[in-house]
Amino acid sequence: MASAISCRSVGKVFGTGRNRVTALENVTLDVANGEFLTVVGASGCGKSTLLRMLAGLETYSSGSIDAAGIPVTGPGADRGMVFQNYSLYPWLTVLGNIKFPRQLSIHTHDRTSSDVEAASGRADALLHLMGLAKVASAYPSQLSGGMQQRVAIARALMTRPRILLMDEPFGALDAQTREVMHDLILHVSALEGVTVVFVTHDVEEAIYLGQRVLLMAPQPGRIDSIHQVPLPRERDQEMKYTAEFLGLKSTIRERIAGTCGIRTDTELLQKLSRRAAE
Amino acid sequence: MSADQAMTAAVPATSSSAPGKAARARVWKIRGWLSQRSYWMLAALGLAIPLASWSALAAFGAVNRVFLPSPADVIHRVAVWFSDDDLVSDIGISFFRVMVGWALSALIALPLGLLIGTFRVVQALLEPLTDFVRYMPAVAFIPLVMLWIGIDEGAKVGIIFIGTFFQMVLMVAEDVRRVPMAQIEAAQTMGATRLEVIEHVIVPSSKPALLDTLRVTMGWAWTYLVVAELVAANSGLGYAIIKAQRFLQTDKIFAGIILIGAIGLAMDQSFRLVHRLAFPWLHARS
Repeated sequence: MASAISCRSVGKVFGTGRNRVTALENVTLDVANGEFLTVVGASGCGKSTLLRMLAGLETYSSGSIDAAGIPVTGPGADRGMVFQNYSLYPWLTVLGNIKFPRQLSIHTHDRTSSDVEAASGRADALLHLMGLAKVASAYPSQLSGGMQQRVAIARALMTRPRILLMDEPFGALDAQTREVMHDLILHVSALEGVTVVFVTHDVEEAIYLGQRVLLMAPQPGRIDSIHQVPLPRERDQEMKYTAEFLGLKSTIRERIAGTCGIRTDTELLQKLSRRAAE
Repeated sequence: MSADQAMTAAVPATSSSAPGKAARARVWKIRGWLSQRSYWMLAALGLAIPLASWSALAAFGAVNRVFLPSPADVIHRVAVWFSDDDLVSDIGISFFRVMVGWALSALIALPLGLLIGTFRVVQALLEPLTDFVRYMPAVAFIPLVMLWIGIDEGAKVGIIFIGTFFQMVLMVAEDVRRVPMAQIEAAQTMGATRLEVIEHVIVPSSKPALLDTLRVTMGWAWTYLVVAELVAANSGLGYAIIKAQRFLQTDKIFAGIILIGAIGLAMDQSFRLVHRLAFPWLHARS
């Protein structure tokens, strides 16, 4: 069986001539069916670009990308996506947002009454699964950021995509809400059996969620290393304090600092504090 | 006890002037809050002060009546206009010209702006051109409009159309471009076709902004009315103002201007009401 995602020497170039920038170079990657892969890296490493290319929202200049053995040529309902924010439809209620895909011809042709029933059952199930049953008739603007992202995830899952692509979905949430969302997305992705590619700049988040962590490096954007997470598939918050977790966290953080070329300049800071003391 | 009273009470008065100071600071807070009652009292005051000054100036004979008629003169003139000079049909024909010119403009500007704001090729083709034409003064088109369309109703409607259309296209395009990319891309990743993105995302998402654009351009259409009725008109509010100038009927000029203002205000408020009714999600509170 083909892997969920397969990238072969994928490259991406922006602009031409003097303004030519290589955003991604020689990305070769396989994501297994049902895997939860997280992607981290310094800014400018092309992690979002890679994700958008998997979604089909961005073209690639070289190489090939296959999803379930089929070349990616554009966006498709087999690859759902959750954005950082502003992707909900403010004129629709929570339920309206989740049912949005039902308006699209791709999901409605050959519609029988049992299909319609199944769809509304699916929407209801997602409402309950994501803890949204009480706010089904509220508008997105009436919800907190965390609740809004729950709606975005439910909507992306509505059409049962095989792959869920997440672009820093919890980046704008506060720390407590994020932890709740982490356990929720782990639970939901396992239940749905969906393959997840999750981009973040938070190393702790990447390790806590991922079975593997893909570390990318900038200039040009490329894969630096892939780290197997030495934790059981079922996660709980306590694991964040284990030696394995903390060890991997410091390894990855050092690697990111090493690849982005920005280091805390201790010498300069010491000089400044000496001068201030004088 | 109202909220501001409660706040004043909560602040311990260290000196007699402290509460007054605090109240002043609150009133002048940047983007501060104001009770509905205070808001409408100030709004009424804002209208009453110029009206009172105008009455006073006219009553004390400080300015010659030919230059500044009194409010009573103007009201009297409106009454005479209504009973003897067929004010209703003047308003009717002006209203008709504005509405037709504006609606015609909207009919073309809405789809065209949608295309400009959605497809870069259409934008490249039409936006620089529109930007260029909109700087041309509508008034200067009068001779051409007379030459091309004649001096009938079409000419008046044409002037109003020229005055509003080019601005409207650009505003519509901008409204459409303001639809967040994430909303569009979310639909694409759910399998929406191009047409479906336009129908189910771009149009509903930009609707509130489009209604605002229609409201604002309606105001502009009214301001072009007097200009439009320069063209061989023999009826209408704008025409009445121009004719009154010839006979030095300052009170009628005042009456005409105030009537146009009042109609414009009424239209504007109706648009706002429709906005509130049509987009409950914009006004929903958590």
